[in-house]
Amino acid sequence: MTQLNPTDDPAYRLFQQRFGAMRRARSTETALTVAVVVLVFVVSAVWTEFSPTKILEGMPRIGEYFGKLLSIEPTRGADPVPVLAFGHIFGGTKEPQSIAYWFYRFDVYARLLWQTVQMAILATAMGFAAAAVLCFPATGTLLRLRPVVFVLRRLLEILRTIPQVVLAFIFVWPFGIGPLAGILAIAIHTTGALGKLFSELNENADLRAVEGIQSVGGSWLAQMRYGVLPQVLPGFLSYGLLRFEINVRSSTIMGFVGAGGIGMELKRTIGFNIYEEVSAICILILLVVVVLDLASERIRHRFIGHFV
Amino acid sequence: MTAHMASLTAEDIAEQRLRTPWAFGASGRTRALRWAVGLLAVFYLLYLQWLFDFDKLFTGLSRLFVIVRLMVDWSGFADWDHPALLRAMLETVAMAYIGTMLALVVSVPLGFMGARNIIPARIFRFFARRLFDGMRGLDQLIWALVFVRAVGLGPIAGILAICVADTGVLSKLFAEAIENTDRKQIEGVTSTGGSFLGALRFAVLPQVLPVMIGQTLYQIESNSREATILGLVGAGGIGLRLSERIQINAWDQVAYVIVLVLIAVALIDNLSRMLRLRLIGTPARAA
Repeated sequence: MTQLNPTDDPAYRLFQQRFGAMRRARSTETALTVAVVVLVFVVSAVWTEFSPTKILEGMPRIGEYFGKLLSIEPTRGADPVPVLAFGHIFGGTKEPQSIAYWFYRFDVYARLLWQTVQMAILATAMGFAAAAVLCFPATGTLLRLRPVVFVLRRLLEILRTIPQVVLAFIFVWPFGIGPLAGILAIAIHTTGALGKLFSELNENADLRAVEGIQSVGGSWLAQMRYGVLPQVLPGFLSYGLLRFEINVRSSTIMGFVGAGGIGMELKRTIGFNIYEEVSAICILILLVVVVLDLASERIRHRFIGHFV
Repeated sequence: MTAHMASLTAEDIAEQRLRTPWAFGASGRTRALRWAVGLLAVFYLLYLQWLFDFDKLFTGLSRLFVIVRLMVDWSGFADWDHPALLRAMLETVAMAYIGTMLALVVSVPLGFMGARNIIPARIFRFFARRLFDGMRGLDQLIWALVFVRAVGLGPIAGILAICVADTGVLSKLFAEAIENTDRKQIEGVTSTGGSFLGALRFAVLPQVLPVMIGQTLYQIESNSREATILGLVGAGGIGLRLSERIQINAWDQVAYVIVLVLIAVALIDNLSRMLRLRLIGTPARAA
């Protein structure tokens, strides 16, 4: 068997040449991308005075702070001990290091958390209703009036781009401190976000049903109600539930600007350095968020199937 | 036709209903249940109106109208502190970028650790996933408030807040993307004698890289939107300027800052759409 030397083959050499050129082009591109990413990072770091030394200096303080969050002073000025300890866990409200001691204001938190969830429910319902109305005239394939479509699309875009907390902060002035400002802010944002998603669903709807209703003389409203809505409703509900999960998270921070919910209590305890209460509230928020996420996921899968 | 219809008996209908239940409307019980649930929901929402306080809403609306009128009056435009506002706006974007990039660096290893096909140990994955949930479950603003107490006022607290909240999001998405990769390529690499790390690099990474790039770009977009509010709690950026102006009721400047934010967000959206098209070839969010 004769030995073949592939390097003598002109086709092989051509292949090597081309392959090498492509590889070089590819690696130059990768190197350039990485360089740009790093350059922007450095410029941003200089701009925000973000330096490794500052982070290293801050690290112990961060650790210390999180340590304090999970410790308790049994009496004023006494050495702090961990919030929980074996043997004390099921002790009463008078016994430090027990769950009852840690969550001694549970009733207050529970009421505020309930208010937070209610804010999310109400805001989602309002935003859902507004979006479900606005999304049909905001869909280009369903409405021929270009200016109306254009204006509505821009409106929805603006509604979802203004940060909710900023809106809530502004609304606290006219509507006063309390959940109302927060509900309105979240509802407005929800309208913008859901309106966009809904009109995307509408775009994908089958237009033959609409044409059918049109051909027998149905009005535009009838076309939307009987031609489009049955096709898109499962998607609407699914997105609505998904939005509810997001809104629960948002309503926990509305209190920071005085717009109701658990956020007010959280801001107060962080401000006054009541460490164990901060961690207690954070744990409760996490619990509520995770439980509602799981529940809403179940509902979505059960009633709507794996739509999104 | 009529004769045919007349010959239909109740048994025929029952039989048909049994054979093709989906062709018939819902039964009376299901319909009653639906109505009950719907009515309950409506009554509950009506009960919630206690939170809503219609009196307050209507008196507030007239005041809101006054505020909006003040907002559109930009006659003092030349006297506003433009350099400071623009600097704060850039700072916000820079915070979002650094925070997301740091989160990316942390999330890649964490994502691999949270994926079932990389680390089969169940207990380990459980704790990794719960860690991601914990970071994600608390809003960025809560993290910012905590970090402001821990490292002091300024953009660093904001960057850390973005980084922590984002690590939770990105790690979870990366772990899911890695779990959805094709096994065959890993087997291919290991069958030719490649090491475990070689398999990760040449079999898993090429499959998940587009998802990682797409998600990171999307997070930079969404974080530059979110970072505008971090200043409200003192964590740097335009939010501080905004809250100052809201507190002194300088509504015209509030509107101006909001417009600045809208413009910046639109620019970043477009830039990231271009980059996404260039790097991974799909304009939409790759989820």
